[in-house]
Parts: sequence; structure tokens; C-alpha cells
Amino acid sequence: MAALVYLIPAALLLGGFGLVCFLWALRTRQFEDLDGAAWRALHDDHDDRLKDGRD
Amino acid sequence: MTLQAPIDDAGLDAGCCTFGSLVAPAARSVAAGADPRAYAVVGADGIARLDAVVETLDCPSCVPSIEGTLARLEGVLGARVNAGQRRIHLEWDPARVDVERIVAVLGDLGHRIAPYDAARLGGREVDEVGQGLLRALAVAGFAFANVMLVSVAVWAGLAQDMGPGTRAFLHWVSALIAMPAIVYAGRPFFRSALGALRAGTSNMDVPIAIGVSLATAMSLFETTRNGEHVYFDAALGLLFFLLIGRFLDRSLRGRAFAAAQNLLALRAVSALVIGADGNTEVRAIEAVRPGDRVAVATGETVPVDGHVVAGRSEVDASLVTGESLPQAVAPGDLVHAGTVNLAAPIEVETAAAGSQTLLAEIAAMMDRAGQAKARYVRLADRISRVYAPVIHALALAAFAGWMTLGGADWRASLMIAVAVLIVTCPCALGLAVPAVQVGAVGRLLKRGAYVKSGDALERLARIDTVVFDKTGTLTLGRPRLDGIDGGAGDALALAATLARRSTHPLSRAIAAAAGDGAAAEGVHEEPGLGLEAVIGGERVRLGRGDWVGGAAPAAAHAGTEIWLRRGEAPAVRFRFVDAPRPDAAEVVATLKERGLRVILLSGDRRPVVDALADQLGIAEREGECLPSGKIAVLQRLAAEGRRVAMVGDGLNDAPALAAAFVSLSPSTAADVSQTAADVVFRGDALAPVLECWEVARKADALVRQNVTLALGYNLIAVPLAIAGLVTPLIAAIVMSASSLAVTGNALRVQRGR
Repeated sequence: MAALVYLIPAALLLGGFGLVCFLWALRTRQFEDLDGAAWRALHDDHDDRLKDGRD
Repeated sequence: MTLQAPIDDAGLDAGCCTFGSLVAPAARSVAAGADPRAYAVVGADGIARLDAVVETLDCPSCVPSIEGTLARLEGVLGARVNAGQRRIHLEWDPARVDVERIVAVLGDLGHRIAPYDAARLGGREVDEVGQGLLRALAVAGFAFANVMLVSVAVWAGLAQDMGPGTRAFLHWVSALIAMPAIVYAGRPFFRSALGALRAGTSNMDVPIAIGVSLATAMSLFETTRNGEHVYFDAALGLLFFLLIGRFLDRSLRGRAFAAAQNLLALRAVSALVIGADGNTEVRAIEAVRPGDRVAVATGETVPVDGHVVAGRSEVDASLVTGESLPQAVAPGDLVHAGTVNLAAPIEVETAAAGSQTLLAEIAAMMDRAGQAKARYVRLADRISRVYAPVIHALALAAFAGWMTLGGADWRASLMIAVAVLIVTCPCALGLAVPAVQVGAVGRLLKRGAYVKSGDALERLARIDTVVFDKTGTLTLGRPRLDGIDGGAGDALALAATLARRSTHPLSRAIAAAAGDGAAAEGVHEEPGLGLEAVIGGERVRLGRGDWVGGAAPAAAHAGTEIWLRRGEAPAVRFRFVDAPRPDAAEVVATLKERGLRVILLSGDRRPVVDALADQLGIAEREGECLPSGKIAVLQRLAAEGRRVAMVGDGLNDAPALAAAFVSLSPSTAADVSQTAADVVFRGDALAPVLECWEVARKADALVRQNVTLALGYNLIAVPLAIAGLVTPLIAAIVMSASSLAVTGNALRVQRGR
């Protein structure tokens, strides 16, 4: 059972990493326009510079 | 751009019809939106900004093509399209590029924009409540998964040989993960429950909040006492499933909210105000004052209520009055905002105070009429009113029963009460309704109908009467050539050579009937009278009978007519009808077949109304209805206990739309009507009305099934819980199984007819 001492923190850490990633994506407004992001990705002349279009 | 063609060919367009395109065509046909110059804001940093609705955002290649093209334009600092909401945010340096140049570039790409005032509409704010729910959902999901991981070990340990020390350790791990997560993710429910209790009422969140906090507190107590059973996983599972339902419900509302804002933006119109010195200035409509002279070009929408002071023209008032014929206006005549100037430029002097405009009157009438709708109680709320007290009573009875009759100690009794609260908690109920409604709304969206709210679907499923408006609803609202009386075979061809030079609806109808061909040179348009040209040395006139002269008396005709006369020959009559929507007769017949009562209410003249009603087989009809008359009819029907769906498009229908039990409106309708309507559908067909009703009924049936399913689970689980047989393992299985069953059943709304 001693393995629990590091297995549980490991599970929590991995899950927590996923959670933090999700919250970060939410905060950076990546869930605001799901359609647009999908469409943009399909074009090879897509320009990342435009992302600072919003203030 | 190399990828674009194959993508478009692959038919990706099919999947990108979001709600915005359903609302947009109104603006396309009525107004092109306000002048961007009136809405661009130059900040302190010298950068100009503009927010606008892009009505034409229909294809996957639109977003990159707009952003890419604008980025290459000198002086443009930023262009960001939000495809979901159909909006664009522009930033540019006014010293280097002009907003009109940007609009022109967008125009070349085939996009027109309707600017709006972001500050007034709060347009670019994020939906804070929705984001909060999503954050809570993420936290609950994370904690639920991890606690479940530990719980499975504990359950396995109970069946095998886990020592009490290990179990206590695992319980403490669960507690440490669960406690903060429950406090965080439970806030939406705790807040709502507290609010309800303070107001002296109860809602569905009260048993949820009590259940969750009791379960958590008891589990913590059991953990400290090294007890066998803890309910941390159940409490988190409850929150997780309920938050999914809550989030679905919210996203439905968020969509409706964004679409309503887009409608407001499309309504914002700018006016070309003529100053005292003769100079013109573009102003947002809010900045136009009574007494201002406003110039209205041919084909434009009149922006204000007022009197014509210069110019003669014809206006299309069909959206305002339901009258299908264009009206001649001359200096002194009153024109209303929302009418379209057809023939020649006019100048309008803005009439007195804003509260006296027709629009304001209509708005006041709508407020009074809309109260019936506000009284409607959603199915979920009706259930919870009965459900919540029953749960409380059961849990209390279980506690008291075990304490007194069962001979258990308070700890065991309380654990049993907690189990009752947990298994009865309305997880499945909270998911049952939103899951079906999100599915149904999504399905209708693909078919070209945009449903603004979930409870609109509930109301639509319960109608027994359908009231139609005529012009623009049962008909297409544009004239079609019906027949030609007299003249030789070339009359149509001759008329068309003149008509191709004009944008008047009747001219367009003639040109459409004649097909492609040449247009005459030197055509002169006499506002309110007709067209004139000299062809082959002879004067040719196409227009009103008394103006062209030589009109022979002819049989009366219900619709519009104009006359063509070449030289001194007898005049030829062209008859027009406002053609019904192609499938109108079929839809009306189907509705009647299904046992619905169909009524036609119109502001148009009686003979026209009768002719159409006979053609479509509608027995109950009423013509020359004022807006107040339409409301009166609806109120009479409501008093008879009928639940009425009103389908209408005009400004004159707006109060009736608000008064009806549920209302639908085509996307060509007046903005106010679209705002008042519960459902907006697009296209020339009337079939979406039928489809909406059918999907609503199907959704209603599924919701009822789901509720039955959820209650059925309780019927089995509650006796078990009261008998003290529900362990955390059983609670987890029951809860997950019922939620999955309900969600799976809800998905069926997407399928079949």
C-alpha cells in the first residue's frame, strides 16, 4: 500500500495539469468562437499576426 | 488560397449554417445596416475601432478570406471575425485608411456589415455566467474523476480485505479533493437556493443544496470517526451532472441573447441629415432630432417617422401596415420608419417626440400584450414545485422513522436520510429537459428555423390554433405577373424593355416574367406615376391607368395592376398578384388535417384577403385588421381557452406576435417582429412552421419520457434508500445510469422525422 503515497499525488498532478490547461484555454477566450478557429485552420495563408486584433 | 476550392467543393458549407444567417436576410432585403461612419469610434490612441455584424458569413472560407484580405490592406491594424456570433471587430489608423475603403473591400468579397454600438449593446462582453458554469463544471469533473478513482478502490476493499487504516487514509484523500471542489462547483446552486429561501420560496436548488451539503458534512464526520461509508463521490457526481444540464440550458440562452443583439444591430439605421446650410451629415438614428430634414434615396428604408417635405415617390409600407400595394406619397404626406422608398429620392422632416412614433406605439402595445407569455411556467419548474417538498418530506420521514421505529442511532438515521436525498436528487431531471431542447433547437437550426428559447418549444408543442398574417407570411410579399389583358403578343416584351430600367417591385415582376432581354434607352421615371420612353418615334408609357390614358374599362381585379400604352393604341392591362409561398396550401392543409384550427388575419383589403383564403382553403379569415384588432382576436381566442401560434412578419403584427401563446416570423420580417417572435425561419417555403411544430411535439414527448424515466428510477431507488439498503456504490450506479439513460434518450430528437 506504500505505493499509494506517490501514486495518488501522481494521479492528482496529471489530472490537475489537464484542469489547469482547460482553465487557461477558457481564460484566453479560446472557447468563444469554436467555428471560426476551425475554419481558420483550414487555410494555408492563415496568419497568426492577426490574433492580436482584439484589444 | 490553394486549399479553398477543394474545401468548398467538399461541401463543408453544409455544416456551417449557424443561427446568424437566419436572422440576417431581413437586413439584406430591407436595409443594409447603418452607415459605418456614424458608428466608428476613434480612441485616445488615434486608432479607430468598429464593431459590426457580418450578415453574410456563411462559408468556411469567409473567415480567413476576410481577415487575410484586410490584413494586407494598408492602414488596417486588426480584423477579427467571430464566426459563432457573426461579428467582426475592426481596428485601423484613420490617417492611413478610410472606413469606406474597408467596407468597399469587404463588399468586393461579397460581405456587407451592419455596425453597432458595442458600448450600448455590451456586444463584446463574454458571457460571464456561462464561463463561470464551465469553470465549475471543469472543477467538478476533475474532482469527480479523482474521487471516483479512490472510491472504486474503497468499494473493492470492502468486498476484499482492505484494512481500516488504508480505508481511512483513502477517505481522507477523497475528503481533501472533494471539499474544496464542492465548495467551488456548488456555488451556483448554493447561491440560488439561498436566494429562494430568503424570498420565502423554494426551488429545485434547495433540495440539491441541502442534499449536497448534508452529504458532505456527514461524510466528513464519518471520515473522522473512521466510518465505513462516505458520500463524497455521490455529492460530486450530483454537482457534475447537474452542472452539465445547467450549462446546456445556459448555452441555449446565450445563443438567443447573441442573436437578439444582432437583431438590434441590424435595426440600427443611420440617417442622412440635411443641415440648414444645405450640407449633409450622416448620423446614427439616435442622434436625429425632431425637425431634422432627412434625405431618403431610392431603394432605401425611411429611417424616421415624418412628413414628406420634398419629392414625390411611392413607398412600400407592407412591413408597417400589411398593405401589399405601394403607396404614392407627395409633400405633406406622413411616412413611417421602416417603409421602403421605391421610386424617387424624397426628403422627410422628422416628426415630433420619439414616444409618438408608430414604432414606440407598437412597442407599448407589445409590452401590454406580452404579459401572457411571461406567465408561462416551464415544465421543469412545474415539476420541481411538486418534487422539492416531496423529497424533503421523504428524507425527513426516513430520518424520523429510523430514529423512532427503526431503533437506529442518529448517525445511522441521518446517513439513511442523506442516501434518500442523494438518490432523489434531480440529476436526470436537470438533464432531461435541456438535453432534449438543445438537440431539438440544433435540428431546427439545420432546417432553417431558429428557436429563441427552450420554453418556446414547450409552448409550441401545446398549440391548437394557428393564426397567419397574409402579406409576407402566407405570401412572399412581392408581386408576380398574373395576366395580361388586351394587346398583341409583344406587349410583355415591350413593357419589359422599359421595366428593366426600374427598381420598382412591379417593374421587377414584369422583367422577371419576360426573362432576359434588352432595355430601352432614355427611360424616364415619373415618381408615383410610371415609366416613359420614346421607342421608334412613339411615346411608350407604363404605369397608372389614368396617367397612360386610353384604358378600357375592365373587370375588377383584387390585386395590383398597371397599364402599358404605345402611342395612341388602346392600353394593355398587366395584373399582379402577391403569390402565396410555394407550399402554403400544402402546409395549411396539413395543419388542418392534424386537427389545428387555421385562421387568416390581415391588414390588407377584404377582397384580396378573401381571394387568398379561398385559394389556400382557409375558412376563417378577417381583413382590414388594425394591430389592435389582431390583438383583440387573439385575446378572444385565449379567453376561449385556445393556445394560439401566431405567424406574422409586419410591424403591425408585432403586438399580436407578443400577445400570442407562441409566435413565429419569417426572416424577411420587420426587425421588431423578429424580436417579438419566438421562432424565426428563413427561405421562401412555409414548411419550417410545420417542421417546428412537429419537432416541438417530438421534443415534448421525449421530455415527458425522460421525466418518466427519471421518476421511474426514483420509484425503485427511494424505497431501497428508505430501507437503508443504498450504499455509496449503489447511489453512484443509480445516479450515473439514470443520467446516461436520459441523455441517450434525448439524442433521439436529432433522428428521423
